[in-house]
Amino acid sequence: MMEGLLAAEASWLNFGIFFLLAVVLLFVVLGFVTYAILAERKVMGFMQLRYGPNQVGGRFGLLQTVADVLKLLIKEDTIPKLADRPLFILAPVIAFTPAFMVLAVIPFTDKFYFADIGVGLLYYIAISGLTTIGIVTGGWASNNKYALMGGMRAAAQMISYEIPLVMSVIGIILLTGSLNLNDIVEAQKNGWFIIWQPIAFIVFLIAAVAELNRVPFDLPEAESELVAGFHVEYSGFRWAFFMLAEYVYMFAMASLITVIFLGGWLPLPFLGFIPGAVWFALKFTVVIFILIWFRVTFPRIRADQLMEFGWKVLLPVALANIFLTAILKELLNIF
Amino acid sequence: MIRTEEMLLNVGPQHPSTHGVFRLVLKIDGEIITEARPVIGYLHRGTEKLAEDLQYTQIIPYTDRMDYLAAMTNNYVLCHAVETMMDLEIPERAEYLRIITMELGRIASHLVWWGTYLLDLGATSPFLYAFREREMIINMLNEISGGRLTFNYMRVGGVKWDAPEGWIEKVREFIPYMREQLKGYDQLVTGNEIFMNRVKGVGTYTKEDALNYSLSGANLRCTGIKWDLRKEEPYSIYDRFDFDVCIRDGGDAWARYHVRLSEIGESLKILEQAVEQFPSEGAVLGKVPKVIKPPKGEAFVRIESPRGEIGCYIASEGKKEPYRLKFRRPSFYNLQILPKLLVGQNMANLIAILGAIDIVLGEVDG
Repeated sequence: MMEGLLAAEASWLNFGIFFLLAVVLLFVVLGFVTYAILAERKVMGFMQLRYGPNQVGGRFGLLQTVADVLKLLIKEDTIPKLADRPLFILAPVIAFTPAFMVLAVIPFTDKFYFADIGVGLLYYIAISGLTTIGIVTGGWASNNKYALMGGMRAAAQMISYEIPLVMSVIGIILLTGSLNLNDIVEAQKNGWFIIWQPIAFIVFLIAAVAELNRVPFDLPEAESELVAGFHVEYSGFRWAFFMLAEYVYMFAMASLITVIFLGGWLPLPFLGFIPGAVWFALKFTVVIFILIWFRVTFPRIRADQLMEFGWKVLLPVALANIFLTAILKELLNIF
Repeated sequence: MIRTEEMLLNVGPQHPSTHGVFRLVLKIDGEIITEARPVIGYLHRGTEKLAEDLQYTQIIPYTDRMDYLAAMTNNYVLCHAVETMMDLEIPERAEYLRIITMELGRIASHLVWWGTYLLDLGATSPFLYAFREREMIINMLNEISGGRLTFNYMRVGGVKWDAPEGWIEKVREFIPYMREQLKGYDQLVTGNEIFMNRVKGVGTYTKEDALNYSLSGANLRCTGIKWDLRKEEPYSIYDRFDFDVCIRDGGDAWARYHVRLSEIGESLKILEQAVEQFPSEGAVLGKVPKVIKPPKGEAFVRIESPRGEIGCYIASEGKKEPYRLKFRRPSFYNLQILPKLLVGQNMANLIAILGAIDIVLGEVDG
């Protein structure tokens, strides 16, 4: 169905269908964000001997996030007097828009995807890099020293971790010969890339967590040092936009890890009768759970150590992985 | 050339990691601190001045509010000073109750430090684990004293209440439980690579520095100086217990971390022996005159609080109220080395260094 649509001539009908599908995806993602936050709080609560939300919306706090968002919407929207007003208003939008744009290339199943771009992986990484600009802008425009430091940290961190992130997937590109995410999933029929590319997986996971600004790499927000980092002056729905962007990225990044390392919609052997969407959801959930688990377990790494780790450890390892993959590919000739 | 400017940054008094209303005025160059100036006094309540108009028993609740994480030791230092002046005899059972409550308080205080320090470093879970254990201690102290934080438990000449039925048993059961949890703490945090990188070699000072800045408690013992008043100048009945003074050599935050964690173990040892030797009956309040009037003169006593040496100086004119009361508050003295440690460090280390000193603002500001 999707191939037909994507290949068809541009028309109002096509536009309408895509628009509708995009709205569906928007709701799926927003629904995910709503319940990912709840799940995060519940899992954290479980690991930290607490209950987590358990009042609003029945027994499990099912409407807790909805209530939180409503509260944020009706909150007073404060803009500091000396802030750079236009930039201050624009920053959350810049941070948030790419988060949704990257979702276009994620193949959720073999039939359900929005764009079949040849350079899908590159598109994802390029677009997600834009969010940094939003965060730096927000940190700068707030006219707050803590926000500025948070923004600067964010810039340094996200740029340095994007490089190992890209380098680690080059091994996979070598093996598949394509940047297209659909092709990458198809290439995993003989075994997921987590098995063929374990080093790349570890590097990618670490760099991904750093990209997501989550513990142990949550330096831009670093609650205990920078109070709240780049969004210290933001309140109400503008703040919600930053948070939304963060969780949509979590959704996107978990999807990407599922697609390039865990075989996307591909089933485990002998369990092919379960639909691809279920497999995708299962793998995706595992990745999300691991991200939450990280958050509960680790302390925060220090800014200078973070840089050192990125440039002196992750990058060389990722580069070595490229050579290793190339040599193995030539010698074994499996792909 | 890039033109850079130093930035003046105000950390606190409302900041998540200053552990209260502590303010630091920093000059920073990028993230590197070039100058640090602590500003204290936001929680100053004038305890010492207020005490001049109060009878000795009335001062005890004020001491609770100085180091509110280890109020029992504060209670004790005042009572101990008055008792020293009046040469009072303390009943055996009261001494044991004092030791048990003080050591429980010490464990609770170190647990709060452990949890909040890790929270400062960005790990959220240890805080909640530490507070689970602390809650048990607080509940026990609540049962015996009626208060969870400000106990007002000790009196000149003994303690206010006897232990309720089965209380000693609870303490006894707590000891093996706590030992088990300590292992878990080590597994979760101590071996963590990120944590080690955050604290090793951070905030290092030498023995000489420690002595010159008159640091005490874990801040002194982390440099390898074996000094614990419970051993060096045993007060109360500490000479009856077998325990070690925990020392480390590094002089950095990592050493301080280890000293505090192993001190929990040593406190458990003391508790174990105290519970064993606990006299089955006896009075808990000695023969004390109705109105406490220490003779004319002065006295200074010092004991080992979880944070260091806490001292109490009393100048008496033979009246119901002290002429002058002065506390040597360890947090205040320990904090003095901070500006020296901070220069040249970055913002993230600021938190690691300040947290490792273990201050309680109620005590710093008096």
